[in-house]
Amino acid sequence: MGIKYIKTTLILFFVYMPFWLTAGLLKVNPGEFSIREAIKIAQPHDTIQVASGTYLEHDIIVDKPLVIIGIDRPVIDGEHKAEIIIIASDSVTFSGFQIQNVGFSFTKDWAGIKLDRVDYCTIENNRLIDTYFGIYLKKVKHTIVKNNIMEGIAKNEVNSGNGIHLWYCEDILIEGNKISGHRDGIYFEFVEESKILNNVSEGNIRYGLHFMFSNHDDYIGNTFKNNGTGVAVMFSNFIIMKDNKFIDNWGTSNYGLLLKEIYDGELSGNVFKSNTTAIFADGTNRIRITHNNFISNGWAMNIFGSCMDNEIAFNNFISNTFDLTTNSSRNHNSYHDNYWDNYTGYDLDRDGIGDVPYRPVRLFSFVISKVPESIILLRSFFIDMINIAEKVAPVLTPQSLLDDRPKMKMLRYD
Amino acid sequence: MPKILKYVFFDLIRSRWSIIYFLFYFITGLVLLYLGHDVSKAIVSLMNVTFILTPLIGTIFGVMNYYNSREFIELLLAQPIPRRRIFFGMYLGISLSLSLSLLTGMMLPFVFYGVFGSDHTMSLIILLLSGIFLTFIFTAISFYIALVNENRLKGFGVAILVWLFMSFIYDGVFLMLLLMFQEYPLEKFSIILSLLNPIDLSRILIMLQLDISALMGYTGAVFSKFFGNSSGMFLSFAALSLWTALPVALILKKSSKKDF
Repeated sequence: MGIKYIKTTLILFFVYMPFWLTAGLLKVNPGEFSIREAIKIAQPHDTIQVASGTYLEHDIIVDKPLVIIGIDRPVIDGEHKAEIIIIASDSVTFSGFQIQNVGFSFTKDWAGIKLDRVDYCTIENNRLIDTYFGIYLKKVKHTIVKNNIMEGIAKNEVNSGNGIHLWYCEDILIEGNKISGHRDGIYFEFVEESKILNNVSEGNIRYGLHFMFSNHDDYIGNTFKNNGTGVAVMFSNFIIMKDNKFIDNWGTSNYGLLLKEIYDGELSGNVFKSNTTAIFADGTNRIRITHNNFISNGWAMNIFGSCMDNEIAFNNFISNTFDLTTNSSRNHNSYHDNYWDNYTGYDLDRDGIGDVPYRPVRLFSFVISKVPESIILLRSFFIDMINIAEKVAPVLTPQSLLDDRPKMKMLRYD
Repeated sequence: MPKILKYVFFDLIRSRWSIIYFLFYFITGLVLLYLGHDVSKAIVSLMNVTFILTPLIGTIFGVMNYYNSREFIELLLAQPIPRRRIFFGMYLGISLSLSLSLLTGMMLPFVFYGVFGSDHTMSLIILLLSGIFLTFIFTAISFYIALVNENRLKGFGVAILVWLFMSFIYDGVFLMLLLMFQEYPLEKFSIILSLLNPIDLSRILIMLQLDISALMGYTGAVFSKFFGNSSGMFLSFAALSLWTALPVALILKKSSKKDF
């Protein structure tokens, strides 16, 4: 390195030094100084440290790029009057707070933390309690929402908000959040190129995660437990769904995963356990459903006749009351190399693949889709007999719906 | 009555058939548990076996025992014993000995396997209870049929037909009715229909323990609400008790008037 470079570096260092020095540090203590006042006197790129305590403030507008940090989790209480934090500037970091008691409104989407038309923000390590909407992103890009805990008190769909709500956003990372007691845990509408990683969405009234008109998004490693429906993906394309857990999503017309008008996605490595219906698919095309475990569900899959060119392969179907049901007598999807614990065929050449194809649709599941009340005859001998008869010579169930390479042994995914 | 009950009970319990019946359940239970290693599947398989076999064995034993002990009955009738005691004692003797074989044969494998105390205890208890109920019900029905029909062959045929109807045909008719009237709300109708067949009723009680997630969907929730809560459970067992009491009452009525 020549002397010239060192000189340039030194000059740059001294030229920019004043700016670093002015990026000052403001401290806020309870009682002597409000957070709003601190934001008012702060210069752009300052850091505001808020000491622990309770701050009764609402409508705090962050209109310049600041780093706002809570020390020992200070509480900002909106006293149910309005919304609390509104971020209206790029490059804001907001972390370490407890935000509670946002007001409720039928006309305004009040939120604990709202980001409005901004880029490059970070919302981290906050705890939100009884905030109507938790974190609300409106036309936001390149932002991180990480390790927040959201506890709502939603009782019904009409007057409750979503945990993390995104509307017209792009390149957002949502990671490690815990969301409960909202209408939808995470809500995506017109969101592109975003990632949802390792979140836990539990006990929400409607959906754990809800996609509408959102394309090219991934959700990986999340847990959806005991929601109305685990995940609903609607009118969205190119969604990658990997390594998630869908557990205990019970109830009438509730599903582990609801797919409606979705194209070209990938669904792999997921676990579906104890759901009424693990996957319900309507108008779903070109999705690869592979390497999933379906355990102890009422129905592992309900694939409507409107689904085409999906590939269902290398999945385990274990202890489900029904493996597959459909309302159509035709089949446009491909099933192969799955393990079905109800398979009773044999493997004479010992290559691990059954020699006779498996028909996952039982006549009775077909009957139930026509007359739901007939579920009362489940496991009766008469039903077993007609199931066997149908298996031998399919009349009503789709003739071409079969797995011609059923695995003899359970596939191991650890 | 206790004396007659005692004679019939010990006579049957010492017989080869009781032991075979016991061994059948015992071995089936052991095989299902130790080869399958899945308790809920074992209970489902055992349920399928029990709900076909207990009514069948009850039916056959009830008919056979009556026809075989014709002379014994006539001898007893010559003694100063009320008829009610004779027939009720005989009926109880058959049902109790069959129930004992069923109870021990089915329970022992589960005791060895250590199921009691786990979350499958409830479904096992219901399985045992409904198995015993079915034994009592079908023994009574067949005993009555034998009492009415002097002709052995006819009695046997009618008894088997009743069993066949309850086990298979009823569900077929049930399903056909559901399909025919599918435009109407059928929840209440199907609850009533299932209360009218003891085998269906027992099946639903166990199904509610095992297939809850399937039942939660669609109209299943209605059924689980009805049969699942304590009053529905009470009603179901009341229906089973009524199913036992009715043929027993018929036996007592018929036997007091019958000309031997």
